[in-house]
Amino acid sequence: MHELGIVVNVIDEVEKVAEDNKVDKVLRLTMEIGEVSAIVPDLFSDCFEWAKKRTKHLTDCELELIVLEAVTYCQDCKGTYRTTKYGKTCPHCGSGNTYLLTGNEVTIKGISVAEPTSDNA
Amino acid sequence: MQVKTILLNKNVLEGNDREADILRGELRERGVLLVNVMSSPGAGKTTTLVNLINRLKGELRIGVMEADIDSDVDAVTVARRTGVKSVQLHTGGMCHLDAGMTRQGLEELGIEDLDLVFLENVGNLVCPAEYDTGAHLDMMILSVPEGDDKPLKYPLVFQKCSLVLINKIDAIDYFDFDLQAVRGYIADRNPKAVVLAVSAKTGENMDSVADYFKTKRGEMLCQNKTTK
Ligand SMILES: Nc1nc2c(ncn2[C@@H]2O[C@H](COP(=O)(O)OP(=O)(O)O)[C@@H](O)[C@H]2O)c(=O)[nH]1
Ligand SMILES: [Mg+2]
Ligand SMILES: [Zn+2]
Repeated sequence: MHELGIVVNVIDEVEKVAEDNKVDKVLRLTMEIGEVSAIVPDLFSDCFEWAKKRTKHLTDCELELIVLEAVTYCQDCKGTYRTTKYGKTCPHCGSGNTYLLTGNEVTIKGISVAEPTSDNA
Repeated sequence: MQVKTILLNKNVLEGNDREADILRGELRERGVLLVNVMSSPGAGKTTTLVNLINRLKGELRIGVMEADIDSDVDAVTVARRTGVKSVQLHTGGMCHLDAGMTRQGLEELGIEDLDLVFLENVGNLVCPAEYDTGAHLDMMILSVPEGDDKPLKYPLVFQKCSLVLINKIDAIDYFDFDLQAVRGYIADRNPKAVVLAVSAKTGENMDSVADYFKTKRGEMLCQNKTTK
């Protein structure tokens, strides 16, 4: 279970941000997950739903996952292509001299939080 | 109630990377070389470590941390067959070790009197490759029965390793395994990797592996001197 460990890291991080900003409730958490980041979005969501019940600030938090397309760059023909379709080998020129441009990210983009509209707000 | 958005743009693996760098630095200062050992289940991590430690223990003070999931016995095996101290790490079913867990393991092991520590990571080629444990060196073991196309299927772990052992070379006649091809695949992904074909069972070429670690520990001490 790779996803659970990452969920726990993410939740720790968000809880810290919530504390630092004196936020009571985090309503929404937006994350970007690369297509080839080795994270399965459905598993990640399931783990999140399970883990959030045990938090201080995220019990009502909705998780938004944005899956980023993986793109590979070819150093020989300078072209780019969909990684999930062709892997390491460039479909334009057949070269294996390629590297991943995007698709490996696991990023916390941001959170939406509830602010009490009190007198001192 | 108002809703406010806080932008974070935070890479999740970053926290672990930072912790790993700190751990690596601390160990270096204390002269302890930490080696992360990765492979598929059954490729021969435990057998290799036992063989290797028996070659090195006269010269270096060694400790072992075992984290392979299905092997509560590995720490006991290593301790019994080498006499060096070892601990079993409890990963709680996790598929990899991160720097925090490695630090805890080192505390449990006690490194005051050690020169070299091996970490037997969880048997899996995907997740351990993504997490920096804080080790100075990553060693990957690929065994002959697994096939010569592993570097194509799991490029990341090969990119990360400074040393790749092709283990169970004693069995090469029984498998369709092209050693030349595998060397090429590894070089494509990681030209700097040292590749040694060995048998942890018969001991074939294991002295080269032992020499490799002696040299690496020596280099670390030298660097420490010149930077002080
Ligand atoms: N023929 C052969 N078998 C080996 C060799 N190294 C390990 N084995 C066997 O492979 C099996 C798994 O080894 P082990 O060290 O427990 O693998 P681990 O799961 O990676 O720690 C055991 O039955 C070992 O005896 C080798 O060099 N040659
Ligand atoms: Mg083992
Ligand atoms: Zn190309």
